[in-house]
Amino acid sequence: MESRIRSIFLTTAVTATFLSLGASNAWAQDSEAAPEVIDPAVERRDIDVAAIDTEDFEVTAFFGLMSVEDFESGGVYGARLGYHISESFFAEASFGATKVGTSSFEKLGGGAELLSNRDLTYYDLSLGYNLFPGEVFVGSKRAMNSVVYLVGGLGSTNFAEDNHFTINVGFGVKVLPTDYVAISLEVRDYMFDIDITGENKTTHNLQGTLNISYFF
Amino acid sequence: MRGLWLVIGFFLLSASAGAEDDVQFVVVADPYIELHTGPGTGYPITQIIERGEEVGILKRRTDWFKVRSPAGHEGWANRTQMELTLQPSGKATEFPSAGRDAFDERTWEWGVLAGDFGGATTYAGYGSYRFSRHLAVEVNASQILGNFSDGWAVSANIVHTFVPEWRASPFFSLGTGMIHIEPKAALAQTQDRDDQTAIVGVGISSYLSRRFIVRLEYKSYVVLSSRNENEDVEEWKAGFAVFF
Repeated sequence: MESRIRSIFLTTAVTATFLSLGASNAWAQDSEAAPEVIDPAVERRDIDVAAIDTEDFEVTAFFGLMSVEDFESGGVYGARLGYHISESFFAEASFGATKVGTSSFEKLGGGAELLSNRDLTYYDLSLGYNLFPGEVFVGSKRAMNSVVYLVGGLGSTNFAEDNHFTINVGFGVKVLPTDYVAISLEVRDYMFDIDITGENKTTHNLQGTLNISYFF
Repeated sequence: MRGLWLVIGFFLLSASAGAEDDVQFVVVADPYIELHTGPGTGYPITQIIERGEEVGILKRRTDWFKVRSPAGHEGWANRTQMELTLQPSGKATEFPSAGRDAFDERTWEWGVLAGDFGGATTYAGYGSYRFSRHLAVEVNASQILGNFSDGWAVSANIVHTFVPEWRASPFFSLGTGMIHIEPKAALAQTQDRDDQTAIVGVGISSYLSRRFIVRLEYKSYVVLSSRNENEDVEEWKAGFAVFF
């Protein structure tokens, strides 16, 4: 008798469990089939113009040769910061340094020294113009953007223990292997007045450099 | 040397990674936009992106945008063409350009001037912060290159612009600073001098185009020297500035 009652209870319990499982299943299927009211598409919003990466500044390291009138040629190095105002114009500030050699007067004069300090440093503020934009082709598969530019400006040269008002003019050829790295070859003439050799004259000091720059 | 290469490598990596992160998309609304190989009118057009296609904006240089087409082509499009695209919300895209409106709302101004300081050549650089339509604070640094002496001067000024709306707009400035004068070694009685200055100035500044301002100014310096008499020096300068 006892075992019979137990089996009735068990059957009831099992049936109830099955029924409830079935019901919950059916309910789950119902909810899955329900139509979506809200479309979870990506949020439509305006673009953030300020977040666009702008690359109008250019930082440059350069090295090369500078010929200082009457004082031989020597290695020159320096740095430059540029700002691209438009596709054609750019402004830049440069700083350069070199060590001058001996003048022929000093060599022939037998020990007479014209300079106690042989360092020459200069800075300038210049404006540049991108004259001929174009491309250079390396082999048959690669083209790189290039530009021929003109540059000129004002500055100051510290040489022979004095500061000299300096005008510079020059040109260069710039090649861009990527959008943000540029390599250029540049020639500039730094002109200033000096009277160290006995007469006051305008000297032309030509500088040829290899420049490597990075846009940011 | 290895350190230098590491730094260069890091810069290259960070630049390329940065470019990928923040690509934003607009849709071409004009029949097509043209892609140049470089950021300038002179570079050849090699691709176009047609109406209805998505354009990913990678970066900007001056008025040019480096963009990517759905097919993966990359090139540079001009701002005027990029403004013929629609944003995801359907609104026309607008890129603020450097113009008269931006000039009226400028806060920062950086410029270089050259001129005459009491008979000597002078260059000056200045930075200005405008905190109201009429008033700005300005920091000035100049180098003086004379026949008998060289030197430098620094000053801080308050600048008042009377009528900011005028194309050629007059201003008045009042400032104080330091001047260092170094007589040339060849002359007798060489002694370096550091003196305080009081400066009154007037000038005209005018919006030129894009981000350019042209500026002409006259300043009267009173050098408060340690000798019995103060010195008066007149300065004339002209130059350019860019604003942000």
